[in-house]
Amino acid sequence: MARIIDHIAPRVAQIIKPNGTTQHTLSIANTQQIAAELDLPIRCIEIEALGNGIVPLRYLRNQRTFNANDQMHWLNARAAVVGLGGLGGSVVEILSRAGVGDLVLIDGDRFEEHNLNRQWLSTESSLGQLKAEAAAGRVANLNSAVRVTSRPVFLCDANAEELIQGCTIVIDCLDDIPSRFTLEAAAKQLSIPMVSGAVAGMTGHVTTILPQDEGLTLIYGPRQSIESPKGVEIALGCPPQTVATVAAMESSEALKVLTGRPQQLLRNKLWVVDLSDSSVEILALA
Amino acid sequence: MPSPPTTIDLRLFATLADRSPENADRYPIAPGTPIEALLSQLRIPLAEAKLIFINGIKADLHTRLIGGERVGIFPPVGGG
Repeated sequence: MARIIDHIAPRVAQIIKPNGTTQHTLSIANTQQIAAELDLPIRCIEIEALGNGIVPLRYLRNQRTFNANDQMHWLNARAAVVGLGGLGGSVVEILSRAGVGDLVLIDGDRFEEHNLNRQWLSTESSLGQLKAEAAAGRVANLNSAVRVTSRPVFLCDANAEELIQGCTIVIDCLDDIPSRFTLEAAAKQLSIPMVSGAVAGMTGHVTTILPQDEGLTLIYGPRQSIESPKGVEIALGCPPQTVATVAAMESSEALKVLTGRPQQLLRNKLWVVDLSDSSVEILALA
Repeated sequence: MPSPPTTIDLRLFATLADRSPENADRYPIAPGTPIEALLSQLRIPLAEAKLIFINGIKADLHTRLIGGERVGIFPPVGGG
C-alpha cells in the first residue's frame, strides 16, 4: 500500500510567501481528495503533510508564529469547550480556524433573543436551536478537518468527568460560578489543564489552571463560601466587545498549553482587562 | 526630604467603579489602615470585595496599607 505522503507529494504546490521565502502547501480540495482515496480523516492527511514540511494552505498564516510542529500539536489535540454562549462561541470559532483537530462542544442550552448581542453562534434564524448543534454546524463550515463531538447537555457533578474524559484541554466558557468549580474538579481529577475566563460589563479576566494548581479558589474564594451563583454580570450585562476580548485571551492560553509553552502561561496569575479605561494587567494570585 | 506618601492609587472594578472617589489615584489613608477599614470607608460590603490586589499581588482584608500602594478591588465576575 502506498504511503500517505506518496498521495500528497504530487499535489503539493509551491508558493512564495510575502517575505519572499517559498513554502510547500496543500489545498483543501486536494487534502479532502486524498482523505477520500485513503479512507482516512482529513486531519490525518494534514498531520502527515505537516510532518513532511508541507503546510496546508488554510494554516499558512498561523506560520511562523506557530510552526509546523505546533500546528501538528493542535491537530492532534482534543479540546472541550464547556459553555457555548458568548465566550464559547468565539472560542470555538478561534480554535477551529486555528486547527485544533478535535472539539467536544458542551452546552444543554438553546439560543434566545437576549443572546444575540454577544453569542457569535446565534443568529436571528437560529433562535430556539441547541447551542451545541449550532456550534457543530459552524465548525463543519469552517474547517472540515476538525472532528466534532456535540454534547447538548448541561455540565453537572454527575456528568462532568464523563463529558471531558480523553480531552487534552478544557476551556471554561460557563456563565455561573458553581459550574466553573464543577468543571475544575473534574479537570483536576482527570489531570487535564483548564483555561477559565469570565466577564461582567467592561471587565473580564482569564487564568490557566494546571491540575496541581489551587485554581478558582484563588479568584472566587472556597466553593462552599459562594453565596450567589452569578457575579456582577447580573447588574452589568455582558457586552460583545468584552466577551470577544476575553474569549480571544482564553483561546490564546489554550493554544499555548497545546503547544507546550509552559513558561508563558497565566498559571497562578489573573489577566484582567477593563475596557472602560482600556487597561490590561496581569495580577499575581499566588 | 519629602515625607513618605500617605495616599494610595485606588482602582475599583466593574460595579465597584460607582463607588470610586474623585481622588482615587491619590486617595488619602492613615498609614497602617487594613483593607477591611478602607472598604468600610468606601462603603463597599465585604462580600462585594471578592478579589483584592496590592501592587499587583493578591492580598486579603487584613493586609495593612502603608501608603504609596496601587490597590485594585474586584467584585465577583462570572459571566460568559
